[in-house]
Amino acid sequence: MKYIILLFLTCLSLCLSQALLAQTASSDPPAEAALVPSEPPAPPSNVRVSDLANDDGHGIRVTWDLSPDDGAGRSSVISYDIYRTLNPNDPDSLWKKVGTVVLGVRTYADRGEREPGSGSYLPKHTNLYYRVYAVGAGVRSAVATAGPAQATDDWFNTMKVPELIFCLVFLVLTVRFINMAKKGIDLYVRPLAGIEAIDEAIGRATEMGKPILYVLGIGTAGDIATIASFTVLGRVARKVAEYQTSMIVPCCDPVVMTIAQETVKTGYADAGRPDAYKEDSVYYVTSQQFPFVAAVNGTILREKPATNIYLGYFAAESLLLAETGVLAGSIQIAGTDQVSQLPFFVVACDYTLLGEELYAASAYLGREPLLLGTLKAQDYLKAIVLVCMVALLALRMITGADVISKPFDAPWW
Amino acid sequence: MEQTASMATQIWTTVGILLTFCLFSFLYKDNPFYKFAEHLVVGVSVGYWAILLYYNGINPNLFSHLFVFTNDPTTGAEFNTWKPKFDELYYLIPALLGIAMWTRFSRKYAWISRYPLALYLGISSGIAIPVTMKNNVLTQLRGTVVGLGFDWSTSGFLGVPQSIWDIIVILGTISSLIYFFFSKEHKGAWGGAARLGIYTLMIGFGATFGYTVMARISLLINRIQFIRDWWNMIS
Repeated sequence: MKYIILLFLTCLSLCLSQALLAQTASSDPPAEAALVPSEPPAPPSNVRVSDLANDDGHGIRVTWDLSPDDGAGRSSVISYDIYRTLNPNDPDSLWKKVGTVVLGVRTYADRGEREPGSGSYLPKHTNLYYRVYAVGAGVRSAVATAGPAQATDDWFNTMKVPELIFCLVFLVLTVRFINMAKKGIDLYVRPLAGIEAIDEAIGRATEMGKPILYVLGIGTAGDIATIASFTVLGRVARKVAEYQTSMIVPCCDPVVMTIAQETVKTGYADAGRPDAYKEDSVYYVTSQQFPFVAAVNGTILREKPATNIYLGYFAAESLLLAETGVLAGSIQIAGTDQVSQLPFFVVACDYTLLGEELYAASAYLGREPLLLGTLKAQDYLKAIVLVCMVALLALRMITGADVISKPFDAPWW
Repeated sequence: MEQTASMATQIWTTVGILLTFCLFSFLYKDNPFYKFAEHLVVGVSVGYWAILLYYNGINPNLFSHLFVFTNDPTTGAEFNTWKPKFDELYYLIPALLGIAMWTRFSRKYAWISRYPLALYLGISSGIAIPVTMKNNVLTQLRGTVVGLGFDWSTSGFLGVPQSIWDIIVILGTISSLIYFFFSKEHKGAWGGAARLGIYTLMIGFGATFGYTVMARISLLINRIQFIRDWWNMIS
């Protein structure tokens, strides 16, 4: 039965991968039709310009009524070109083209850069004028001008209200569960195989007299996966210090290295062996992905670590590292929140923490109220998402109306 | 018209080919050629990164706000003269925080470096949480439910009615979410749903694996073509 399921899953996976490839192939753009110059189309009318809402003050919204030849009349409009200038009396050559939209579109958001030196800089609190041309085959219409408009910044992005609501709900849940954990109420967390294996893997390294390799990935210290990995690193460092074995932590980012050094040092201190900590065990290699992989692969083959732990943000290097670890005969535990890399870890590592399990790992290991409370709040948030999803789908099936896309696509509050 | 590569191109391409073979030799086992290529690429990348960091990071984000640089009008040499600017002095704060990181070299003052680190982690988390909430929760929720039409008249993938696929998507999503509940043990009906969830995940992983492997093979083909072009060039 097990093998039949396995065969079925393999076949289904192959079908899906073929479908993905076919989809990619079919999405190639069609060859452009030959353009034959013709009579200029009629210009768009009623051009309006206004400040772009919910931005940092470097955007203008341009809106117009379609040219009579757009999809009707001579049907000669292919696209619309949008130009910008600071002075409406500028000659044509000084108007800067800022964008093009295809026929049928009647609005354009001109989002500029903040830095005055950059090519697409759009100044704040400055009068700006816009022109819109309807473009035909090799010709363009007479101009339609509008302005002035000034770009201003907004303190509150109303489009982010849903995120705010969810964050507030999450905050309330987190505080509640942290308080519960602090009061000593037992918060159950189911066992995670990959985490259970860490202690066993450290023991194996001690018995073999070989080091443990801990890779934090190629993310920055700001990535959630890297932050979660720091917590596990601290726990591993403490165990390593207790078992009096050694560890190697190559880093791809200088800031990550600095935090990793602090984390490992604290782990050794917590184990009562601060003297055993070696600063050189946590070191910087390079910030570029593949040179980093080349260096870590070399380390794996030369040091032959008993255990390799890959927890954090990983990209294309996942399989390169994990395969080399297999060659070196190491036991391997991996975890990342990068969905595209999980398959490689699943096939090449002994234990894999899938996505959120990486975040749960730190709570499970530490059993600290702060982390446990957060994990519990995450579970409840998932339940809320699940209920929202089922409710929206049920509403749609009952009413038959599009009640789903509206809450996401427009500010309904 | 047939073009002949210059001597310099031939030499540099040959160097590239030799280094490619050095790295490929890793497939046999670790050896001095691989070690040489490894150390070379790591060294070059560190040097390259340092320069990149200066021109794309420190210079536009710090120095250009604190100093006015002028290139030499005759030779075009960069930063021939510079003078301080006083209208954006608040940029000195990140500069000081950056300098504080260097205190790690001193045992006595290493504690100072913890302040910029704490600030960095705090800001990073503050930025990441709403973004994660949007990308990993709300956008995923939208992506799951908005596309579902429950249209029994339309044939979908493999000729199966689209509604069947919609139901599979819902069941797969719900069961996968159940797998990621950590507060409840995977037993009984809950365990069954979690098992269905992990099967769904594995099917997804299988598809991603196949897709990515094809992309990796295209990289290998590119390298083989590079070797072929080099061979045509020298022969």
